[in-house]
Amino acid sequence: MQTPVATGRSVTGIPTGRLAVWWVIGSEIVIFGGLLMYYIMLRNKYDYWAESSAHTATMAGALNTFILLTSSLFIVLAHYYAEKKDHLKSFKYIWMTIAGGLGFLVVKSIEWTNEIMSGYTITSELFWSFYYTAAGIHAVHVIAGMVIMGIISFDVLQKKNMHRVELIGIYWHFVDIVWIFLFPLLYIAK
Amino acid sequence: MLDFMSLLRESASTFARDIDHLIAWVAILGGFWWLIAEGVLVWLIVKFRHKEGVRAQYITGEKKEEMKWIHWPHNLILLCDVAIIIMAINVWYNVKQKLPPADDTIRVIGQQWSWRFVHSGKDGILGTPDDVETVEDLHVQVGKTYHFKLETTDVLHNFSVPVFRLKQDSIPGRVITGWFKPTMTGTFDIQCAEMCGIGHGIMMGRIHVQTPEEYDQWLSTQQKVAQSH
Amino acid sequence: MSFWQKYVFSVDHKVIGMQYLLTGILMGVIGAYMSYVFRMQLAFPGKEVPFFGLVTAAEYNALITNHGSIMIFWFAMPVLIAAFGNFLIPLMIGADDMVFPRINRLSYQIFLLSAVILIVSFFVPGGGFGGAWTAYPPLSAKAEYNLTPWGSSLWLLAVALEFVAFLLGGINFITTLMNSRAKGMKYLDIPIVLWMIVIASILFMASVGPLIAGAIMLLFDQLIGTGFFDPSRGGDPVLWQHLFWFFGHPEVYVVLLPAMGIVAEVMTTFSRKKLFAYKTVLFTTIATGVLSFFVWAHHQFIAGIDPRMANIFTVTTVLISIPIAEMLFVYIATLYGGSIRFTTAMLFALAFLATFLIGGVTGIFLGASGADIYFHDTYFVIAHFHYTFVPIAVIAVFAGIYYWFPKMFGRFMNETLGKIHFWGTFLPFNTIFLPLFFTGAAGDHRRIFTYANFPQLATPGLQDLRIIATVSVVILICFQFLFFWNFFYSMFRGAKAGKNPWNANTLEWVAPSPPPHGNFDVFPEVYRGPYEFSVPGRAQDFWPQNEKA
Repeated sequence: MQTPVATGRSVTGIPTGRLAVWWVIGSEIVIFGGLLMYYIMLRNKYDYWAESSAHTATMAGALNTFILLTSSLFIVLAHYYAEKKDHLKSFKYIWMTIAGGLGFLVVKSIEWTNEIMSGYTITSELFWSFYYTAAGIHAVHVIAGMVIMGIISFDVLQKKNMHRVELIGIYWHFVDIVWIFLFPLLYIAK
Repeated sequence: MLDFMSLLRESASTFARDIDHLIAWVAILGGFWWLIAEGVLVWLIVKFRHKEGVRAQYITGEKKEEMKWIHWPHNLILLCDVAIIIMAINVWYNVKQKLPPADDTIRVIGQQWSWRFVHSGKDGILGTPDDVETVEDLHVQVGKTYHFKLETTDVLHNFSVPVFRLKQDSIPGRVITGWFKPTMTGTFDIQCAEMCGIGHGIMMGRIHVQTPEEYDQWLSTQQKVAQSH
Repeated sequence: MSFWQKYVFSVDHKVIGMQYLLTGILMGVIGAYMSYVFRMQLAFPGKEVPFFGLVTAAEYNALITNHGSIMIFWFAMPVLIAAFGNFLIPLMIGADDMVFPRINRLSYQIFLLSAVILIVSFFVPGGGFGGAWTAYPPLSAKAEYNLTPWGSSLWLLAVALEFVAFLLGGINFITTLMNSRAKGMKYLDIPIVLWMIVIASILFMASVGPLIAGAIMLLFDQLIGTGFFDPSRGGDPVLWQHLFWFFGHPEVYVVLLPAMGIVAEVMTTFSRKKLFAYKTVLFTTIATGVLSFFVWAHHQFIAGIDPRMANIFTVTTVLISIPIAEMLFVYIATLYGGSIRFTTAMLFALAFLATFLIGGVTGIFLGASGADIYFHDTYFVIAHFHYTFVPIAVIAVFAGIYYWFPKMFGRFMNETLGKIHFWGTFLPFNTIFLPLFFTGAAGDHRRIFTYANFPQLATPGLQDLRIIATVSVVILICFQFLFFWNFFYSMFRGAKAGKNPWNANTLEWVAPSPPPHGNFDVFPEVYRGPYEFSVPGRAQDFWPQNEKA
């Protein structure tokens, strides 16, 4: 398939890929927005959720926040070097970001294993249903981001489609920001 | 206006008339604009059909004197809207927000797929041993104000009595209070107006609006039945 | 190119549009068949329905549920937004394709998968989902209540996948319109139909998110046993209703707007008139879109929400009549001073206005809270929204098909057959739904497979009205065979059409008919707006957008 002319046009002055990523993020915001709105409404209604949330591992959540924020820095650096056409460094930082995502998932699985061993499963109480569902949907986004980054990294290695580093960067920041909302709502609010 | 009313069910509660009047006003105001719009549409279609040698006019519709043909009807519709809103909220307030003091209270329980009714019995108080529980048949006295306590044991149902213009969803875990005051004796349909599963179509009930004498007679037969058990 | 590359796994926007059109129409036929079966049951309860058999209560519920779901999600949306959007957007902005052709293909494939899953849901143990297209929990959440353990989950999965397909498609539409317009095409030179499709896509994107979250929660309630909507465990079934209708009401405008757009194109071309007040149309569209996010709870007046809330939603709901009325007036005003040609497409466009007006006016009864207490969930509601949805999804779509058929296939549809088809659609449509206003006013409530148990409703007078409606359904369906014959016959044997058979202005008429992959020989440049018909001082009564002054 040859690239259509339409893809190359940029009437607004914003590159098409970036424009599309922003629209993707817009549609994602309303998905998470609906979920979190429902959570906050019930949370205000039921004081006893504070007891349930006392069992969440705040330290693990904090560690994950730190890991995600660091990985966001890496993807910024990857973009910086992609702009500078330094594809090797860009490749390196993409993989450091992926490693960050992996670290996040490892902490998460240890944390979840502990919760489940202590009897807090997705069906045990409504708070836990939200805890697993919201974090689970977020984790799916983390995994999706890692896969896409993996694909892009090999393009970068061949100096192809370097602009996509920026696009995945925007997406990765968004995944990060969702976590910044989830962390206080699920872990800190006691 | 009265002709239009005959299309609806007979109105057998105090607020049924209010609702009917609101419906009539919406029909008049909406119908007026609808007739004008359809009339203009048909007139334009007939008048400006293609004729040999006649070219269409070039009208942008962006000049003030052109837009006034849109803006004037538009402002008048806004007035009609305000009138409808005021009337609608007024009726709504009387039916759903205000709760006049009750002469008697009934419990209405929806379940897949039948209605249960708990009448308060002779003492007029729910939750006492002389309560009368029935399935599908609800007995009330004409001219008395009733509160109903609407519950459900499983899914959503909707307690609907068309002749009263009464409709209310029941929600599991909640007891919803409403009221009605029958004005006409007779036997009428009770419907379930919220999809509640396979038997939704057969989830029926009957409301018997009776004079105090008839009601007392029914009540005493019911209590004899209860005692004989 | 092989057949598979050209027609099945194509990335060409026109082929994808055609795939959406044909899949959507096929689903529409299935949905119409369902309506035939349950209408027959209502007219002749307990009798065997030809081409179906006896209708049980469970089957009846499954039929009405899936009729609604199919007609909205698998017929109106794919045809109006996806099919016309795909076919028209690149052509009308003078581009060769969408900006993301492969995402476009993916969108169709996900949509097709969702349609297959929905069909499969009918043939699993327990049968298809029967809890109404609104899927209110707890009925939809627990198999012990709905008795369709597989059907309800497959239905929900299909709906969720369909949403994903349209999100992908919508992002493509929006970015394409923003970024890939031909040289010289300013925002106010964009044909109204494209504005409408893109604004509809944005509305969809902004409203569907919470429902996607809700669908995931409901799916977990069904499959894992969580209690998101289970009151005994702290959940709230009414919140599903909020999530559903926060999407559900804007969804009405998601399908309405493209239909209005199609009608605008057809009307201007066949009355040789400039669209009256282009900017007003655009701004009222945006106003309607914004306002549509604040009216959802009028579906829930008597659903147990705080009664004070009903007052706010009455105000917003009744006020939405302002931009909609303005839009319809502008459309009617466009005819003034025109030179109207009664082609089949034009007949359908005019019929859209005439019938949609009925749908609009009857909506006020339901938006006014006090009146809604009586009309809620009666056949009055059914008649009302069919007077909006049928003009949108059937009448406007026919207008669009008859109008753009020469561009799609390079041939004309037969006009005589088209006109017979028009009257055979328009008249029975009215005789189906006008009687239903009256049965609704008499208290007929929805989703009832037989009225035998309701003595006040099981009267001969009401039954006659039900029979009139049913017979009209059968007649309407019969006339559609004429359309299909016309459609497929004309595809191969119709009279040849040139590049611009209707003497229209927009850019799709610059491309050859049918346009090849890549659309244009030379990419057009735009010098003026799309509706410069009958400009004084010009010999021709049209002035294509790409023609130099």
